[in-house]
Amino acid sequence: MPSVTLKNITKKYGDFVAVDEVSFEVQKGELFGLIGPDGAGKTSIFRILTTLLLADGGTASVEGHDVVNGFQEIRNKVGYMPGKFSLYQDLTVKENLEFFATIFGTTIEENYELIKDIYDQIKPFNDRRAGKLSGGMKQKLALCCALIHKPEILFLDEPTTGVDVVSRSEFWEMLAKLKKQNITIVVSTPYMDEAKLCDRIALIQNGKIMSVDEPQEIINRFPKMLFAVKAKNIYKLLQNLRTEKEVENCDAFGEFLHLTLVSEQPDVEKVKAIAQKYNPEDLEVKKIEPTIEDSFIRLMREQNHFNEPKEMLNGK
Amino acid sequence: MRFFMNWQEMPKEHQISMKRLLAFIRKEFYHVFRDQRTLLILFGLPVVQIILFGFALSSEVKNIGIAIQDNSHDIHTEKMIQKIQSSSYFHVENPILNYTDVENRFKDGSIKCAVIFPSNFGSDIQRLGGAKIQVIADASDPNTATIVTNYLNAIIRDYQQELNPTTKLNYQIVPELRQLYNEQQNGSLNFIPGVIALIFMIVSTALTSVSVVREKELGTMEILLVSPFKPIMVLIAKAIPYLVLSIINFVIIIFLSVYLLDVEIKGSFLLLFAESILFIITCLSLGLLISNVTDSQQTAMLISMMGMMLPTLLLTGFMFPLENMPWIFQAISHLIPSHYYYIIVKAVMLKGLGFSYIWKETLILVVMTILLLTISLKKFKIRLS
Repeated sequence: MPSVTLKNITKKYGDFVAVDEVSFEVQKGELFGLIGPDGAGKTSIFRILTTLLLADGGTASVEGHDVVNGFQEIRNKVGYMPGKFSLYQDLTVKENLEFFATIFGTTIEENYELIKDIYDQIKPFNDRRAGKLSGGMKQKLALCCALIHKPEILFLDEPTTGVDVVSRSEFWEMLAKLKKQNITIVVSTPYMDEAKLCDRIALIQNGKIMSVDEPQEIINRFPKMLFAVKAKNIYKLLQNLRTEKEVENCDAFGEFLHLTLVSEQPDVEKVKAIAQKYNPEDLEVKKIEPTIEDSFIRLMREQNHFNEPKEMLNGK
Repeated sequence: MRFFMNWQEMPKEHQISMKRLLAFIRKEFYHVFRDQRTLLILFGLPVVQIILFGFALSSEVKNIGIAIQDNSHDIHTEKMIQKIQSSSYFHVENPILNYTDVENRFKDGSIKCAVIFPSNFGSDIQRLGGAKIQVIADASDPNTATIVTNYLNAIIRDYQQELNPTTKLNYQIVPELRQLYNEQQNGSLNFIPGVIALIFMIVSTALTSVSVVREKELGTMEILLVSPFKPIMVLIAKAIPYLVLSIINFVIIIFLSVYLLDVEIKGSFLLLFAESILFIITCLSLGLLISNVTDSQQTAMLISMMGMMLPTLLLTGFMFPLENMPWIFQAISHLIPSHYYYIIVKAVMLKGLGFSYIWKETLILVVMTILLLTISLKKFKIRLS
């Protein structure tokens, strides 16, 4: 039996469709990522699964309990960490932890093993008010509070948003450790680079799931050869390349442009030849492996193409 | 009721429930004692209000500035001026020089009243058997003007009787006035019941609603909902600390009233206490109801203040007499819980009446409380919006 099942879940706010016929499953013990930009519908899905929101259509269940009828059972079993830092700012680290432990009918000592690794890092600040902690520490404390009752499944809504890079990678290390304790983890994030740290991911955009699979599988499914192009005036080059018929897609990725050609047998030389037309300074072209972000953007284009064919013309 | 059934079936479950409730209440006290603003409202407000209403906003009239022009200078005017001077109500200022002087001094506010004895005042009394005296009062404050002229009338009448100790009118009616329940005209007596009602409205209604809504605003409500803690318990756990704090407040107010403002509790303190707890629960239910329908602390505060405090101030009869209001306001006043509590406190505290005199008001409060509590419990959202 899967831990989480969604079937055609739809959620509307007025006319706006936030979640559009979403279906996927999360297996027991899996680290499942919901990847998508802000406003994609991630938080709505989390709130439906944690029984906080009622869906307008479709069915969902968590650990075998229906999210509508079995809401009390679900609430007893899940750990939930909302996107916004949601602990008591005027209570100290220890008071927060003790409060949530008691509310969940347990004590810090009882499940100490589970939170030990995380709690040890914030223990020096036991008597500090939660509102005075740094972003990374707040997340650790929130995770401790969500874990304190040894939930069967953990829902983490954008736990790494607004957290520094070091704390982010530490956070994912902690999730990997928790996974070993056989806790199912559903996590959402807008950071594409975090996708590869999940067992399986669902790419979501405009309330629709575009793809659900292992991160590597999604990358493997990238149909084209991908090139990275770099030059001195990268913005001008981007504008120029986008006007080229031979170029299928071209997007800025940091200091590089990621580019695919229409041609079925593209190579570095062909890309170079196209770019040379515009005499860029210090031109550099190389073939690269696509990332989740490349796949995401490509899938997003296909989705948009499907919805609004006229807008699709490669951004021209 | 399931809560209690669980207790008999499985005491351990009950124990956990109790522990949860206690942890929640303790947390609530942390919030209160760590937030200076809340603390200030909670304990500063009652003290300030009691002192304000008790001393500063007194309706008693004392030490009124009065100026006297004596154009006669005879034995009668001397005696009457002496009487005015010895009265604690008046403070006699420099004599008036002329009529424009009167007007100027009314304008700058140094006097509220002027008394002018015409020349030949004394001889007129003796020869003609009657004399005139002019009393001018500043009626820009009509209440004070009325009180002042009444005082002066009494002094003049008093002197008149002294002059004619033996002559008796054929038929004489002497009104023997007594102002019951507050013979010293202690203004605090009137205000205390209103202030108590007002403070409960602020502490129990406003603070409770704000504290529930704060959890929504901060997002902690999300976590509380996704926990084994029953949603209804959130409300109960919120209400209990504010019940305790309101009771402490009640004790403070009573203490201040008795020892600072010399208000005597004529009736049973226990009855007053019980009725106050009932009213606190009414206010708490109201606060919980407000918190159910609002999503931001500001809205909750605004509704409590505008919707609850203003009517308490204006429509309970403690500032303005209800009897003089248009029927629509009188009708509205019957919907306001503090209206009944005000009647109860006045009856028990000032008149010393027992339960048999206030059972009707008590019953109305009970019904209101049950109604409000039922609605707020029923309306409590177990999900987000």
